[in-house]
Amino acid sequence: MTTTPQAIGTLGEAAVPKRRWLSRHNWERIVSVIILLPSILALGLFVYTFIGWTAYISLTAWNSAAPDFTFVGLQNYARLFVGGGTDMIRFHYDIRNEVGFLVLFVGGCILVGFLLATLLDRHIRGEGIFRSIFLFPMAISFIVTGVAWRWILTPGDQATGWVGVNLLLTNLGLGALRSGWFTDPTVIYIHPDTGLGAFLNSIGLGVLASPTFGYAVAMTSIVIAAGWQMSGYTMALYLAGIRSIPDELREAARIDGASEWQVYRYVIIPLLRPVTLTVIVILAHIALKIFDLVYSMTGGVSAGFATDVPALNMWKTTFDATRFAQGASIAIILLLLVGVLIIPYLVWQTRTEER
Amino acid sequence: MKNHKLVYLVLAVALLFTLLAPTASAAPNLAVTCDQTYTVTAGDQLSLLADRFLGNVQAYWALMWATNQKNVEDSTYAKITNADLIEVGQKLCVPTKADAEAFLKDFDKNSAASLAKLFPEGAKGQLIVASWWTNGGEFAGLNQMFEMYKQQNPDVEIVNAAVAGGAGTNFKGQLLSQLLGGVAPDVFQLHAGWEADTYNPGTLIVPVDDVYTRNNLESVFPPTLLAMLKFKDHYWGVPVNIHRSNVLWYNKALFQQAGITEPPKSWDEFFAVADKLKAAGIQPVALGGKDGFELQHTFEDILAGSMTAEEYAGLWTGKTSWKSPKVTQALETFKKYLTYANADHDALTWAAATQLLIDGKAAMNIMGDWANGQFIAANFTDYGWAPVPGTDGTFVALSDSFALPAKAPSVANANLWLDLAGSKAAQEAFNKQKGSICARTDCDYSTFNAYLQSAAQDWTTDAIVPSVTHGAAATPSWATKGYADAIVLFATTGDVAAAQNALVQAAIDAGFPQQ
Repeated sequence: MTTTPQAIGTLGEAAVPKRRWLSRHNWERIVSVIILLPSILALGLFVYTFIGWTAYISLTAWNSAAPDFTFVGLQNYARLFVGGGTDMIRFHYDIRNEVGFLVLFVGGCILVGFLLATLLDRHIRGEGIFRSIFLFPMAISFIVTGVAWRWILTPGDQATGWVGVNLLLTNLGLGALRSGWFTDPTVIYIHPDTGLGAFLNSIGLGVLASPTFGYAVAMTSIVIAAGWQMSGYTMALYLAGIRSIPDELREAARIDGASEWQVYRYVIIPLLRPVTLTVIVILAHIALKIFDLVYSMTGGVSAGFATDVPALNMWKTTFDATRFAQGASIAIILLLLVGVLIIPYLVWQTRTEER
Repeated sequence: MKNHKLVYLVLAVALLFTLLAPTASAAPNLAVTCDQTYTVTAGDQLSLLADRFLGNVQAYWALMWATNQKNVEDSTYAKITNADLIEVGQKLCVPTKADAEAFLKDFDKNSAASLAKLFPEGAKGQLIVASWWTNGGEFAGLNQMFEMYKQQNPDVEIVNAAVAGGAGTNFKGQLLSQLLGGVAPDVFQLHAGWEADTYNPGTLIVPVDDVYTRNNLESVFPPTLLAMLKFKDHYWGVPVNIHRSNVLWYNKALFQQAGITEPPKSWDEFFAVADKLKAAGIQPVALGGKDGFELQHTFEDILAGSMTAEEYAGLWTGKTSWKSPKVTQALETFKKYLTYANADHDALTWAAATQLLIDGKAAMNIMGDWANGQFIAANFTDYGWAPVPGTDGTFVALSDSFALPAKAPSVANANLWLDLAGSKAAQEAFNKQKGSICARTDCDYSTFNAYLQSAAQDWTTDAIVPSVTHGAAATPSWATKGYADAIVLFATTGDVAAAQNALVQAAIDAGFPQQ
């Protein structure tokens, strides 16, 4: 005997007890929405609305204390990228410093953090103490770190007397290692006169052979201070990662005749890849948003903006010079830079979770 | 299952309530009884009303007092801040004759404490004073004013909301974001002149013309200062002091050691002196830079010394072109000056640079005369001073004033502070500590130190021009970005042509086309 689909449907409906409007399922859904609503609204208003507002301001002519919402298109952005003015030079330097800082800070933290984690993983005596010592700097505010490292790295002068680290080096007889630290105006870049510079010039990339695409040595001081603060945190993440790798895997590798180096190279490091990715994302967004450390350490102005960063420039432009639209345009560029980094990570993480 | 529903329901309801709960506020309990109320009609004057209801023209103070008291508990009553200004439709409270007489008995319209009684929250509550005075002499000066205020208004709690950082570099940004967010101190420190533009005058700050009229300040401040203070036809702050930007300080012992008898008067002499010091193994120049204003400060003085006072002032009003060869000359001089400075200047604050002079580690320092306050605080007396080379007869001036935010929590307390700030007693006490001279012309300098006496003398004879680094000469955008950034870059690159182009462009951006 055959039944039409419709008949089955009718049968099915009759079998299910009469639906109540307020089933448990529905009720819980409604309540969860009600409970989530305030935070969704608050987030929408205080984060996304203001991001939108900033983006809007960045397209206006509001460059004095009195609000002026005349639409000027991308004029504020253009000023930062082209035209050759002081604003452009300073912003180009900001980006240069930021990239140099990002690479060295993230790389340095990963290297030091991983090394410390590996050493602590040896189950040495007093591991807890060492772990705390390495982690403590993270508990300090960047402002404090900045002030302390400014004092430590203030170079002093031959005539007025060496100070801080330079004094220490001098007393140790290592005077040759003295440095201008964050006041050092040196920029390492491909000089147009060199072979590489000439080559870049010949293929039309001569623009790369300029101080704008270099590395400001003064940034190293910031890297040291920030690295001191964050490498303990990196260590903690790596240590947790290493501890979660089952001992059986290492044992198996060793039984197969792998040396300790090979165990790390082929077992542990590949298994730590998710940790490394997390570390990179966390540190990179700290690096991009860095403000307080540079603010308290150098103010950004030292050695012709050799330690200036976009966040600091944004703050100065907005609140000292009251050029709100110009400041907003720097803020949006910063947001885009962070977005380039964070969005792929979020996509990757969501996919992993779904799996 | 039912329990779950109940829990959720309670949670949801509680949440809604926390969102919707009204904030309760308690009204202060004040005992003023109105004999009658009166609504102002056209042509009314407070004094005539006082005559009509209380039989005494002078009793308008009592009318003002009673109405303001009533205003606290019932806002339909008017709030009168200026006795000469009542508006049609305002509701007044006429006190009983007995109350009025009792009030008038110990009222003195020339005493700030008496005036405070006119405003019910007067001598109570808080006074939040925001400034960037945290270092030695300036901090001591501010404390002197706090003491005087406390004596007059013992019940007011003074909150010192100071933020460290020379020339207000940290303070201004923080304050502006607060003001924009609707949070304000009662009074705050403001450089007289164009710096008022930062706070969108009329929106974030309100005019203090009343304070000038009440205390007759226009007759005690010099006209050049009044011209600097007046911005968009109003006064936005009460000045407490005058500072000189163009001072060359030197350590006398080190000068003697190098066999130098006279401070240099021209830049040629300056570099000759510097070479002599260098030959004697003495660091010639102490320079700061960490606070981001020291380089610009030095350059503005060199600029003022490279041209006449009138030409320098003209740079900021479009009358003098930045393309002038005199600007080129100033840049060349500045470049040479930097070669004599300590190499680590970018790591030192102005105060640290001054300290080098006090410690005998460097011989000369160009800094405003707040450095004098630091000398006093450090008990250092072996210093000499001269105008920055080329600026003899020119006084590059800046003035610290107190401004009134539109959203000051206690306008009455703020007004009492402003009255105090403009007074002779407060200015004498403050400036002696701070190491500056009075904004008033009637101060007695006999107890001031020698530098201040000489500065007070120069103030009356020199050509007065405004300082750009300290907010007096140009818009914040020009002073803190266009001009400032060009100088920062120049100090490192030493590229005179590029720096001059940048300075020209900065002037054009500020709305002054350059020929």
